Amino acid sequence: MDWVNAVIQGILLGGLYALFATGLSLAFGVLRFVNLAHGDLAILGAYLAFSSISTFDVSVWATFFIVVPIMFAIGYVAQRGLFDFTLGEDPLPSILVSFGLGVVIQNALLVHYSATDRGLSVGSLATESIRVTNDISIGWFPVIILLVAVALLGGMQLFLSFTPLGRAFRAVSDDRDTARLMGINHRNLYGLAMGIAFATVAVAGIFLGSRTTFAPAQGPSQLLFAFEAVVIGGLGSLWGTLLGGIVLGVAQTVGNQVDVDYGWVGGVLLGHLVFLAVLAFRPSGLLGAKS
Amino acid sequence: MTATAGPSTEESGGRFRISRSSPDATAGTWVAVAVVALLAILPFVGGDSTQRTLIGILTYLSLAQMWNLLAGFAGLITIGQQAFVGVGAYTLLVAAERNGVDPFLSIVAAGVVCAVLSAPVALFAFRLRGGYFAIGTWVIAEVFRLIALEIGPLEAGNVQSLTRRNALSGYDIDQLRDLIYWSSLALAAGATLVVVLVLRSRLGLALRAVRDDEAGAKGLGIDVTRTRLIVWMLASGWMGMTGALVHLNSQSINAPDAFSVLLWTALVIFIVVIGGVGSTTGPIIGVIVFWVVSDKLTDWFDLDDPWRFIILGILAALFAVFAPRGIYGWLQSWRPLQFFPVRRRLVGPGLEE
Amino acid sequence: MTDLLSVDGLDAGYGDFQALFDLTLRVAEGETVAIIGANGAGKTTLLRAVAGLVRASGGGITFAGQDLLTLPAHKRVGLGIALVPEGRRLFPSLSVRENLLIGGHAGRRGNWTLDSVLELFPLLKLIQRRSSATLSGGEQQMVAIGRALMSNPRLVLLDEVSLGLAPTVVKDLYAALPTVVSGGMTAVVVEQDIGQALSVADRVYCMLEGRVSLQGRPDELDHSQITTAYFGM
Repeated sequence: MDWVNAVIQGILLGGLYALFATGLSLAFGVLRFVNLAHGDLAILGAYLAFSSISTFDVSVWATFFIVVPIMFAIGYVAQRGLFDFTLGEDPLPSILVSFGLGVVIQNALLVHYSATDRGLSVGSLATESIRVTNDISIGWFPVIILLVAVALLGGMQLFLSFTPLGRAFRAVSDDRDTARLMGINHRNLYGLAMGIAFATVAVAGIFLGSRTTFAPAQGPSQLLFAFEAVVIGGLGSLWGTLLGGIVLGVAQTVGNQVDVDYGWVGGVLLGHLVFLAVLAFRPSGLLGAKS
Repeated sequence: MTATAGPSTEESGGRFRISRSSPDATAGTWVAVAVVALLAILPFVGGDSTQRTLIGILTYLSLAQMWNLLAGFAGLITIGQQAFVGVGAYTLLVAAERNGVDPFLSIVAAGVVCAVLSAPVALFAFRLRGGYFAIGTWVIAEVFRLIALEIGPLEAGNVQSLTRRNALSGYDIDQLRDLIYWSSLALAAGATLVVVLVLRSRLGLALRAVRDDEAGAKGLGIDVTRTRLIVWMLASGWMGMTGALVHLNSQSINAPDAFSVLLWTALVIFIVVIGGVGSTTGPIIGVIVFWVVSDKLTDWFDLDDPWRFIILGILAALFAVFAPRGIYGWLQSWRPLQFFPVRRRLVGPGLEE
Repeated sequence: MTDLLSVDGLDAGYGDFQALFDLTLRVAEGETVAIIGANGAGKTTLLRAVAGLVRASGGGITFAGQDLLTLPAHKRVGLGIALVPEGRRLFPSLSVRENLLIGGHAGRRGNWTLDSVLELFPLLKLIQRRSSATLSGGEQQMVAIGRALMSNPRLVLLDEVSLGLAPTVVKDLYAALPTVVSGGMTAVVVEQDIGQALSVADRVYCMLEGRVSLQGRPDELDHSQITTAYFGM
């Protein structure tokens, strides 16, 4: 039963990872920009929520409405004011800028908030659960996170497939110059894409902060998990991102169970090993187009 | 230091040749030799604290030259080199502390171990490109760290020391310090020398071709994977040696620090970016800037560690966007001087010598 | 007739490589002008410079009296300039229908709508929902032209429409050209197929190594003049 429970928890955890991965995937899909600060931005979102709560005395749910628009704006400005200048043939400048930014954010958070673990409280929701059988219960909060992830991914898919702006996004990611010939302002679109990426990662960060504790140094782990979810699922596939997140989540929870029972491996490590296996045997990912 | 190209120059009467040096490059090399010589005699003229500072600077220079070789010349932008620093550290622990091998020999062993381990790493990492390659190397470094923690006998979860009884036996304190100093000088100068030699060689030419245009290079018959793999293994091994030396110096090994991405990768990258990626002189300039910010600025303004990262991180990000060739690039646009003979020029009658 | 497009002493290129040298050229409203020339003459660079994808380093481009040089590419569509790029350049993630729709992104009103474009190329009605990546060369070219028309341009730039296509397909495409320009639309046609170019054009320019080597009306130019201007012998 422990194992069944582990798998279920893994699927739910996968929802959170899919949320993280969405922004990374979007930025890469539209702009070909790999944002190494992605994880640190999530933590930034969590800290902004934390400060919002202590400044405005609101609930965690209210912070979504404060933090997400702020992060969207930061993303737009960061793209047009900084990242835009690094886009080109050479991947080095964009890697350096985002990596440097991540380090700066991490250490700035450390200076401002100190290394103490923080948490965001969702009250009783954190522990409420549904009793499925005598041995298995599912937490409400993780289910909500998974549902939000599915809704967000679904919404994004609908947006891309059926709206004129979504069409423009697809065109720009296919062929930027020809998109300009259609009258599409690619710089504006890049800004929007990055804004959306920052906004979704903020959502992920707030959920992370409510689900467990957080500290400035946690950013890099989230980046690695998001990246693994994207690769496992397959580059360029939004639903692949969800699947990748779930596979990673399950690998981690099962790995933790193995650690508990047998005393070795551990969740994070097993997740990494699964990632490496996918990389070795199916580099295009589970749902990615076979190249 | 010129080299004649093959038979074709014979056919044209040997009047055209490829030259890899220029007057300023030759002068630069002599200056470098002089500096190394001066640094080498430092232990004999005293200056203990200078020696200690220099060990720090030189080890970072060694790491910087290797990262530059990988990212600046081979197009392998890695943020996972902390893996090899960590493996180097633990090789030192196992060999010197647990098995009584001479610590300096252990450093060499660390280099070999890392070079060998880097091959399977490449197997996975080389399947990725650009930014995803970078993150992939980071993931792999994390795998190394976690596996190290899993290996019971390593006791990587605890802080461990190199003791006088085991690792450091046979050396007295001053002897040890001096030898560590000379080793760091050897690694730094050696790293620079290795990079210069690689660039002057056909391997270096192949590297640059691959970096500029991979498909084109393949078309010319260059084995892209093999070229990259050689450089990858060389650099990884060298970083392993440097990692081992750093820990011989600190005499203390713990997993979070040994495998730290901030200490061994972020700082190194910032150093190279500020100094100048893709040039052999860049890392040297970068290391000096690093030292100024690290030691001086944080002392004067009484700032602590995170500030070092914030300042250097902002500088590096700005350089990456607005001055991609770093300080060296600025200097070059002033006066195109070359400090090391790594460029190739065609010389001959009618062409400027 | 007034000049709709005026290129004056244009220098343009890619990075260190200069492709156009002091190029001067005029297109009057309602005209169809053909530009011929060997590969590398700079014909595509010229069209891309007018469309805004290539930056000019010297000289000027004026459209309907407005200086274009400071105007970014995506704004030129709004003025009424549409480029059918060399090699079609359809968006593979978009279906045929979506490719056409995105041509109208700039929102210029006019006779050309999705329906009228599908009337022009009835074949496309059947394959509307297909991914543009699965089309034949001729079908792609129809979509590319239709896509440009969706922005209701005053000036349409056609870059090597015949490239890689079978002669019958090319004939069919050019058969549609009169309808395209019927509303008074101005067209610049870059063509490797000299015969086709001369048959549709009011005036012809020949380019050689980034400069104009010959210009005139098709009936004024003889074969040997064109050959000399084309090959620069």
